[in-house]
Amino acid sequence: MSYLPKGLPAPVTETDKLDAPYWAGTREGKLRVQRCAACNTWQWGPEWLCHNCRSWDMRWVEVEGKGKIWTWTRCWHPVHPALKGHGPYIAVLVELPNAGNVRMLGNLLGDPEQPVRIGAPVEAVFEPHDDAATPYTLVQWKLAT
Amino acid sequence: MAERSLRGKVAVIGIGETTYYKHSQSPDPEFILALKAILAACEDAGINPQDIDSFASYSNDRNDPSRISAALGCKELRLSNMQWGGGGGGGAAAVGNAAAAIATGQAEIAVVYRALAQGQFQRFGQAQAGGTVAGDNALINPYGIFVPAQRFALKIMRYMHDHGIKQEALRALAMASYHHAQSNPRAVMYGRPLTEEAYDASRWISEPYHLFDCCQENDGAAALILVSAERAKDFKNKPAYVLAVAQGSDHRNAARSFNAPEFASASFGPVAPHLWEMAKLGPKDVDVLQSYENFTGGVLMSLTEHGFVKPEECNEFLRLENLLAPTGKLPLNTSGGNLAECYMHGLELQIEAVRQLRGTATSQVPGAKVAGVIAGPMVTPVSTMILGSEETL
Repeated sequence: MSYLPKGLPAPVTETDKLDAPYWAGTREGKLRVQRCAACNTWQWGPEWLCHNCRSWDMRWVEVEGKGKIWTWTRCWHPVHPALKGHGPYIAVLVELPNAGNVRMLGNLLGDPEQPVRIGAPVEAVFEPHDDAATPYTLVQWKLAT
Repeated sequence: MAERSLRGKVAVIGIGETTYYKHSQSPDPEFILALKAILAACEDAGINPQDIDSFASYSNDRNDPSRISAALGCKELRLSNMQWGGGGGGGAAAVGNAAAAIATGQAEIAVVYRALAQGQFQRFGQAQAGGTVAGDNALINPYGIFVPAQRFALKIMRYMHDHGIKQEALRALAMASYHHAQSNPRAVMYGRPLTEEAYDASRWISEPYHLFDCCQENDGAAALILVSAERAKDFKNKPAYVLAVAQGSDHRNAARSFNAPEFASASFGPVAPHLWEMAKLGPKDVDVLQSYENFTGGVLMSLTEHGFVKPEECNEFLRLENLLAPTGKLPLNTSGGNLAECYMHGLELQIEAVRQLRGTATSQVPGAKVAGVIAGPMVTPVSTMILGSEETL
């Protein structure tokens, strides 16, 4: 059961494989981001080298799926054919304090009309799409219990 | 070392527009719109179209300068310049790029143009069905975030939270554009005034943006003709001199997955100081301002980043009466702008700034000498410029 209806674009790994470890990780229920082996800077989204020290030695590190809502929006207007008639849904940009405060986008699970608070703690939920042509897993978020 | 500056070296001597249409309603193909706008600007300037030798545009305009030059029978082609980046971020940069070419002897008569028939191509406000996505969009689109209204809602939501800004500040910005459009027969929203009640009752697009916080989608074209300051007085119109242009964005603005350090911004952090330095002016010197409204939140952050208002003063300052010509403290978007005149990717704002300096605007600020134009905010790169009358040189 996915948060949004079927028919939205399916994510695939980039042809140059830059983000392959991320997508492979989510299939295994692991949240991975980049960390520089030379200077320990966290980096997200992925890039080939470290923006802080230009080292090419970027590691993929598993991080705990815990964060805080940094900003959000509730979308009402259906901008994609698959969303017509669906109603509102919430997108949250989540900051990960355990990974250098990098940010990740996702949906906030639960009532789409719930009030949303910036700063609220959230936990990652892995949402598999096993029936896609190339199966993938999205990282979603729910309010921390 | 000699000062490096464009200040006062180039002027706008011609402006032209097509009729502005709602999206999909242009009877002409996009290329014809481009030609008509350029010819109108030539007519306004009093130049022969054959004498245009240089072209500058932005946002991947589909109308190739080589084809335009051939179609118009131009004697020769010199500059063919395209500013990188999407949205209307490059509107002022295109003027700056053309002006830089003129000032450095690489161009003589340049046209800055933009033609847009969204109905004939992909609309900005709708995504295409199905398929797969890779790269940055793979981290965004599967969550239902596709279009600028949604992406930029995330920015202003955080900014409003950080600074305690209320919805009424956004509403005042929308109403200023609609108010000025009621005096402008060219405006698509001419005869369709906006009330506070109608704004409040309008549907959400992506919170905190109501329908009326969002620009239109339109068909049309616009063009400006630039020449050197030395030649500017040979033409019939009062020249509008380029006092400063700045383009760019802040540190790691394009970091993927919304990881720009200053994500909750309009991207003008380091850009606006370059503008004021070259202009040798400050925000208090600006008589009339056009500030690109893709969304009202972008205008608000553009104003704060340029120093027109402090973030914590937005609720107090952003009231309709302060934003109206002729007597407001900061007359804003005096033709109706992207919200209510036409979403001509902001080039209509540049043209309005020229009109204000000529004294021919439909909502004229009496005696305007310094006109600011802030191009599309919240993208990268962005750009911004100051035009001035002869007295400001």
